[in-house]
Amino acid sequence: MHHYFIGNLGHFFVIASLVTALVASFSYWRATSSATLNASEWLINGRTAFALHSISVVGIVFALFLIIYGHYFEYHYAYAHSSLHLPGQYMISCFWEGQEGSFLLWMFWQAAIGIILIITQKQWEAPAMTIFSLVQAFLASMILGVVIPGLELKIGSSPFILLRDAMPDPIFKMQPDFIPKDGNGLNPLLQNYWMVIHPPTLFLGFALTLVPFSFCMAGLWLRKYTEWIQPALPWTLVGGAILGLGILMGGYWAYETLSFGGYWNWDPVENAVYIPWLVQIASLHTMITWRSSKMALRLTMGLVIAVFILILYSTFLTRSGILGDASVHSFTDLGLSGQLLIYLLFFTFVSIWLMALRWKDMPVNAKEVETYSKEFWIFLGAAILCLMGFQVLVPTSIPVYNKIVELFGIRSNLAPPADQLAFYSRFQLWFAVLLSIVSGTAQYYWWGKLEAGEWKKKLMGPFLLTLVLFALILVIARITNPVYMALLLASLYLIISNARILLTVTRKNPGLSGGGIAHIGVGLMFVGILFSSGYSKVVSLNNTGLLYNREMGDEFNRDNLLLFVNEPRTMADYDIEFLGERYEIRSGSGYVKKSDVESTQDPFRVTAKRDIQYAGRLLYHARDTFEIFPENTYYEIQLRKGEQVAATLYPRIQLNPSMGGFLASPDIRRGLASDIYTSVSAPMNRESEPEWSPLEEQNVKIGKEFFVNDYVAVLESVERVYSIQGFKLSPDDAAVVAHIRIRAEHEDYYADPVFLIRNKSEVGRLPFEIGELGARLTLLNIHPDSDEFTIGINTRQKDWVIIKAFEKPYINILWLGTGILMVGFVVATRRRYKEY
Amino acid sequence: MKKTHIIAIVAIAAAIAIIISTAGDASTYVTFEQAFQMASQGNKKDIHVVGELKKDAAGHIVGIEKSADNLSFSFILVDDNRREQIVYYQEPIPPDFAKSEKVVVIGSYHGDKFIADKILLKCPSKYQEQKLNARV
Repeated sequence: MHHYFIGNLGHFFVIASLVTALVASFSYWRATSSATLNASEWLINGRTAFALHSISVVGIVFALFLIIYGHYFEYHYAYAHSSLHLPGQYMISCFWEGQEGSFLLWMFWQAAIGIILIITQKQWEAPAMTIFSLVQAFLASMILGVVIPGLELKIGSSPFILLRDAMPDPIFKMQPDFIPKDGNGLNPLLQNYWMVIHPPTLFLGFALTLVPFSFCMAGLWLRKYTEWIQPALPWTLVGGAILGLGILMGGYWAYETLSFGGYWNWDPVENAVYIPWLVQIASLHTMITWRSSKMALRLTMGLVIAVFILILYSTFLTRSGILGDASVHSFTDLGLSGQLLIYLLFFTFVSIWLMALRWKDMPVNAKEVETYSKEFWIFLGAAILCLMGFQVLVPTSIPVYNKIVELFGIRSNLAPPADQLAFYSRFQLWFAVLLSIVSGTAQYYWWGKLEAGEWKKKLMGPFLLTLVLFALILVIARITNPVYMALLLASLYLIISNARILLTVTRKNPGLSGGGIAHIGVGLMFVGILFSSGYSKVVSLNNTGLLYNREMGDEFNRDNLLLFVNEPRTMADYDIEFLGERYEIRSGSGYVKKSDVESTQDPFRVTAKRDIQYAGRLLYHARDTFEIFPENTYYEIQLRKGEQVAATLYPRIQLNPSMGGFLASPDIRRGLASDIYTSVSAPMNRESEPEWSPLEEQNVKIGKEFFVNDYVAVLESVERVYSIQGFKLSPDDAAVVAHIRIRAEHEDYYADPVFLIRNKSEVGRLPFEIGELGARLTLLNIHPDSDEFTIGINTRQKDWVIIKAFEKPYINILWLGTGILMVGFVVATRRRYKEY
Repeated sequence: MKKTHIIAIVAIAAAIAIIISTAGDASTYVTFEQAFQMASQGNKKDIHVVGELKKDAAGHIVGIEKSADNLSFSFILVDDNRREQIVYYQEPIPPDFAKSEKVVVIGSYHGDKFIADKILLKCPSKYQEQKLNARV
């Protein structure tokens, strides 16, 4: 049965949200520009419209959630992004797997912020909400999904489209009411707790940039050039914190889940949010400067506008499909490129036009900036932040240049730099050095003007301390690279000078310590990045002296470690041993050996062949059926120091057709001083049949020992069974299973080959393979006269895996710095909010 | 001159330097012929080549050769000018390699061997779902 109502309701709410946003914008515009008498009526109109708009947005979210939660697979969104097996906590992630849902999330945050603005900003409500509601209308149009008749012009892509309209599959011709039983499922990569919180955080950050932009535009419009800064400042601080947190969460997710070996890859998707964030931080600093010294108003306005435009540009880059070949991320082009471009260009032109119109009218402070003043250092810092962003913006936009040139009929063949990591790091590292020096010094000027001669006296202490610490770290960490030395020295200076200021300021008023704390956080982040990335070291060195592959380059042979099951190797002071392939139990209680379970007809359910133990606890009894994640294979790898088990790692290989087939995820052994990051670089190829040795036959009696691939095995028992792998046998069939125990290095393995007679005459044999031991056992024959059984044995190479492992020294300093930066933001926001 | 103007001028100069440097470091999309010429002129820079996998008349992909231990492989890429080239890649075969519509290889010629440092696949599955799930 089709659930038409909920989809129609959702679509009604989408249209309502667009109309109410337009009405709100128009009413607020009238409230701003008409005479006082009328204005209050228009204001009420605007408020009502925006309230209705917010209700509509909540209605859309609710309708879409019901569709996903109810598994209404007649809807494309539920079919494409969810499935019956999706755990409840990840249903919310379905929202942002699809583009429509992520637009919706963005709208939702902005609606919530809009309500807060209406309640708190009486003075700025009408002009700011005019802009605000207009942006909401543009977003609503993205999920409209309406085709204009006659023009065949489609506006937006609706999340409430039915499957049969979205996918022209022949089955709908035969059965128009066809509903699939199950959905395609959420990309397993997104079934991760970071992916539940990272996108909402990032989109909240996006939404928050709209607030300063709306205030700034309102200020320009009403010629209140300076008054808007005060209410906008706390919003900018919150925005900077949330957007920064969102970006870093993404980095942390990548570190944990993707196996490119780090937290930042300079992928266009990452760059697209990094750039606006840098500019936002620059605008934050000029806003604070304006509050204290009334300088650089135009620059501040320009930066605030630029942040919002860059957010729109990043949306355009990542969602229009223009990045196509340039990014490893997969982008779907929903046919919204034109609409996104209009969205971007509209606000770009409106803001530039308004800026230009008011340019001459804006108050200019003729005061000269002195070298020994805080303003000078702040402007320098803002300039460096903007250049930092610009350096990333120029190469990231290469696909855009190609498209523009193409419009004029010229074929451009420009491609992004081949080695992105080296290319960006080369620049960004030096910017970080400059930024550290400038912001370390700026703090001194901020809290009191330093005269020409005075700075020596004041800065000498921190500077000496910096040098001592620097020398110490240099010796301990053996840093020899001069570029890294420069960054280390500069960031230590940043940390120590800010710590010095923090001491003085906190003594006077702890509420003012936000800036100092945030800067210390940044300094620590630089140090953390320097060590964890600059000194990231491959530890999985091939110490066997064997070349895996002659044709391959030296690098692969050097940096990867081949591990056979139960054969220890040494790696970075540890003994490392591969113990076999595992499934993760769906309830989260642990891992289970692949050879200990039997598949059922439902790929998500398996039956235990024997009692399942994990970490000393009995989880399931033999014959119990339980759920697993069939798409994930974990490789249990043990790290030992002497006899002590230091860590058990489970790097993962995931079958993930929507991300290109298979994906490796690392497992990380976290330590205070360094992380050991291990990922699978090549799993055994299961598709091609391995080479088996010729069959070797052994006649054994029950209880007798024999050898299997050099392991001692014993035939424990033989029993008759009435069903095999869940299939009931007919009365005409007879089957016996042999239970063979094999003693291996750490534990016993079991093989259960089956001998089968079907329809009283046909003989069938189901061999049993133990990949970990490289053995396949077959029950070849039964000799009732002599009580003997013939066991056939084939052997092959044992299961193996090739891993790559890195040591990431002091990565915790980066996470610590991130935390401190966020604390700084919170303290600073409190202060600015109180002032306001 | 005002100090702020000096900052502005220095910033603009830095911005120009960034643009010039990016132009110098940017890679290019070329054909195999151009890539070969570049390499033989001593230009060791990595370039991008876009192409398709070689197929026989029946549409089967031909020319994929993997090493004995599956850790590296080579394949034949046909660029936009229909020139064929064996490309060596020192990583295992990506699982949906054979399904890809287009392949972008980033690398360079070493002698007459083209060695890829990175491969980007453009798979139809990434961009649209083609068929309904068979599980009904």
